[in-house]
Amino acid sequence: MVNRNDRLQRNAVLSADWVVVVVYLLLMVFGWFSICGASHEIGDTDFFDFATRSGKQIVWMGLALVIGLIILLIDDQYFDQLTGLLYVLTMVLLLVTPFIAKDIKGSRSWISLGPVNLQPAEFAKCVTALAVAKMCGQYGFSLDKMRNLLKAAFIVLLPMALIIMQKETGSALVYAAFFLVFYREGMPGAFLFTAFAAVLYFVVGIRYAEVPLEGTLSTVGAFSVMTVIWLFCIGMIHIFCKQTIHAWRIFWAGIAIVGSALFFSLAVVPIDVSLAFVVVLVGTFLYLCYHALSERIIAYFYIALFTLGSLGFLYSANFALDHLQPHQKIRIQVLLGVVTDNAGAGYNVNQSMIAIGSGGFEGKGFMNGTQTKLKYVPEQDTDFIFCTVGEEQGFIGSSAVLLLFLTLILRLVYLAERQTHTYARVYGYCVLSILLFHVFINIGMVLGLTPVIGIPLPFFSYGGSSLWGFTILLFIFLRIDAGRKM
Amino acid sequence: MARDHSFDNRKFVIGGIAVGIILIYIIRLFSLQMFSDDYKKSADSNAFRKEIIYPSRGLVTDRKGRLLVYNEPSYNIMVVMQEQWGVDTLDFCETVGITPEFYKQRMKEIKQRIGYSRHTPQLFMSQIPAEEFSVFKEKLYRFNGFSAEKRTIRHYADGMGAHILGDVGEVNEKDILNDPYYRSGDNIGKLGIERSYEQYLRGEKGMRIMLRDVRGRTKGHYMDGQYDIAPVPGRNLTLGLDKDLQALAERLLQGKLGAIVAIEPATGEVLCMASSPTYDPRIMVGRDRGKMHRKLSADPMKPLLNRAIMGTYPPGSTFKLTQSLIGLQEGSITPDIGFPCNGGFHYGGLHLGCHPHPAPIPLVPSIATSCNAYFCWNLVRMFSNRSKYPTVQDAMTRWKDHLVEMGFGYALGIDLPGEKRGMIPNAQYYDKAYKGIWNALTVISISIGQGEVTATPLQIANLAATIANRGHYYVPHVVREIQHAELDSVYTTPNYTMVDEKWYDYAVEGMRAAVTGGTCRGAAIPGIEVCGKTGTAENRGQDHSVFMGFAPMNEPKIAVAVYVENGGYGAVYGVPIGGLIMEQYLNGELSETSKLKADAMQQRTINYGKQER
Repeated sequence: MVNRNDRLQRNAVLSADWVVVVVYLLLMVFGWFSICGASHEIGDTDFFDFATRSGKQIVWMGLALVIGLIILLIDDQYFDQLTGLLYVLTMVLLLVTPFIAKDIKGSRSWISLGPVNLQPAEFAKCVTALAVAKMCGQYGFSLDKMRNLLKAAFIVLLPMALIIMQKETGSALVYAAFFLVFYREGMPGAFLFTAFAAVLYFVVGIRYAEVPLEGTLSTVGAFSVMTVIWLFCIGMIHIFCKQTIHAWRIFWAGIAIVGSALFFSLAVVPIDVSLAFVVVLVGTFLYLCYHALSERIIAYFYIALFTLGSLGFLYSANFALDHLQPHQKIRIQVLLGVVTDNAGAGYNVNQSMIAIGSGGFEGKGFMNGTQTKLKYVPEQDTDFIFCTVGEEQGFIGSSAVLLLFLTLILRLVYLAERQTHTYARVYGYCVLSILLFHVFINIGMVLGLTPVIGIPLPFFSYGGSSLWGFTILLFIFLRIDAGRKM
Repeated sequence: MARDHSFDNRKFVIGGIAVGIILIYIIRLFSLQMFSDDYKKSADSNAFRKEIIYPSRGLVTDRKGRLLVYNEPSYNIMVVMQEQWGVDTLDFCETVGITPEFYKQRMKEIKQRIGYSRHTPQLFMSQIPAEEFSVFKEKLYRFNGFSAEKRTIRHYADGMGAHILGDVGEVNEKDILNDPYYRSGDNIGKLGIERSYEQYLRGEKGMRIMLRDVRGRTKGHYMDGQYDIAPVPGRNLTLGLDKDLQALAERLLQGKLGAIVAIEPATGEVLCMASSPTYDPRIMVGRDRGKMHRKLSADPMKPLLNRAIMGTYPPGSTFKLTQSLIGLQEGSITPDIGFPCNGGFHYGGLHLGCHPHPAPIPLVPSIATSCNAYFCWNLVRMFSNRSKYPTVQDAMTRWKDHLVEMGFGYALGIDLPGEKRGMIPNAQYYDKAYKGIWNALTVISISIGQGEVTATPLQIANLAATIANRGHYYVPHVVREIQHAELDSVYTTPNYTMVDEKWYDYAVEGMRAAVTGGTCRGAAIPGIEVCGKTGTAENRGQDHSVFMGFAPMNEPKIAVAVYVENGGYGAVYGVPIGGLIMEQYLNGELSETSKLKADAMQQRTINYGKQER
């Protein structure tokens, strides 16, 4: 019995998926060079000195490898067995953290352990992923049942709420990534689609809220969002209902009413043509409700609700924006490009775009980036680390990093899908979803595409906690995957 | 455990989302990095501080290589606001010689400057001379945040030649707009050759490219200084000026208003150019320049005015030489013709007086005695000659063209700023003044250098040089040589007048006769054939005393013009001064008797009262 275990464990190290391991090592090494570039001044050569950030990162990387190795040596049964206990302990730790943590830049999320500061939120991701996997792995558990979905949502939303209490909104948002896992496991696609539609309405509606539509009294924002709602509605009827005649009727009615309103506005007197669209959409709602009742088809009702809800969302988004705190409103407007404010809210993003843009095709070369070297970009070795890649390695280097991340994520999709146990698959999806979310938000922020949310770039950003957190997260999956063959 | 395959296809959605995100980001990277150069420029302007390295300004020497203008080290006191704390303000003010109010005022100004940063050195005071600076330097360690930057300051070796040498001062907004070379705080030539030869004297600024961080702190050389540009020092200038001659000229004009110009006829080089009153160029240096300049501007005697090129006076009898030459060329007189002079010129009701002398006499003695009637007849005969000139206007135009070719009526183009053109009336001028009805008699006073005619002392000196050269001149210029550069060809090409060379001999003879037995006897120098002509320019007040001459008669080395405002007869001031100038230059020194004469002349003053000049 003892001998068998020994053999299994040795094999787990040898049979860990080598593609993932290689990509993991590459990202870490590439990250280390970026930290050298970002944290040193021109002419420095003491990259290995523990007093410098690059020197420290070497130690963190070494420890990460040790942690990874240890995880591969642990029997994978323990993960399953200990999940409940770990989850409870972690939640308690998250709960007490704000009370025992020091205040660092306005957030209370770091616990001091001698020379090392640890951020429990980084490890909570991993525990939550285990908990979600365990729950989904239960026999007969399926997320297309609303009750199960609520249970799963609770497991995710609890740490999220606790982390918000530590004023680490960015880290808390990462938990939204779990909904991608839920989608894979059967959560109705409508949830994902609704979330997507809401973001689309919000971005388009606010971005063009003050751009007038030529020759009319309405704005480009409202008009285009209503066009999208109308098209979504027609599309959904077309896909989900058998009688496409309704879709065509709504289509032609919309063309007729909005078209004549546009014509009147352009030819006679400018009017607010989006009001005509409101008429079309409300009419659609009533029309669909009528058919839902008369034909007893519930889908019509849902689509009708979606249409009206979308319209309501558009108006309330505008209303909400006008009633936000001024600095929050400015942030949103800067992000959407409504206003430019390169000295204030937009400073970080503008400087980081300058850094990346100045890199050109080949980049300025290792340790030659002026933008990052001279500290124009804030947080340049943590959250804005990707700037250094962009400036020093140029388009080639930064695309390579993006492709490495894509390789890792697609490889994890492949690995997750080959698991025989639901538990293992769900955990795999948790890992890749969290990584994808981090890459999406972090690089998007540096490129000026997503909001400035302070979350690290996996395996890249300086810092032990995040590196170890991601290593544990990833290597548990590698261990589970290795165990699958035995 | 049985595997539920119902949602397997969703892996493609999730994989698709990942691919989509990465694809969008790569496209974004491509557009940021490959399409636009703006980000690169922004990064450069962020990170580079271009520090200027100032070149040393060119030196100026006289014709014998004696230094006139040079540079000395001076210091700018700089302050870094963020590091400036705990300074004993009172001690500081005492050390650099300012009041605490000035200190506070200055600190306030600095903070309002464009491009102000708390982290970079800001100019606190400029142009501290080396001797004052040494005191400050000893205490520098006590003044946190203050530092010194070495620059140079202009120094003028002697207190002479202010109008020629000029001075330098800080550029104003207009200068910066005109030439982007300049930046606020730079120096530029303001007057004299410092201004007209600015392009040569200033050199080319160099540049050091330094890296600066987000707070504006310097972080070393960019690429080890590979792209730095070394400054090019300014070119040195050699003037045509003779330092001793200039000193004498200024001495002789003391206590009088006026100007002396001497030219080397063979080259057009200005040997001396004095204007009185003058000032010491050494006071127009450094921090006090503005104050001194204001003071000089307010002086009613106008010491800033270079009367040699900016003063326009009636040329008086010196003008008769031009009339002789025009008359001979146009045939209205011959060398031998004589005209009646019975105490002046009488024609109809017109009478123009003359001093008593035998009459009629031919041209040469007429020049020597400066007979007014002779030159009036000359003009009448020319302007009335209808067979040659269909109208009086045509005659006038011909007359004017002659004078313009001799360098009158327009600025000669000397290499100093502010030259005036003087006035030679033309036919249109009189048509307008007399509504078209006029003749020679109407304008008769122009024949003797009075009336509407005015000229600068430089133009008179140039006339003397032209006669000395027998018919051509070089545009007068003060700079003889520019280091590593050619003089403008304007200054090296001869200008010929419309009068034949042969007629000039009579003018020379007349001027020689004036010295040997006419109005200019006082200008005679033993052993040298001096030629001269007096002038007594009528004026609202006392007449101006004028002299024009050159020497030696054959192979002339110097031509000179002297103007003493309200000095009376030409013989009183103009002649003796002119004689001394020529003697000094030709002999290299003054004889004992001449020294006494010079001292006496220096002591003589004319009382001009208080009215504005």
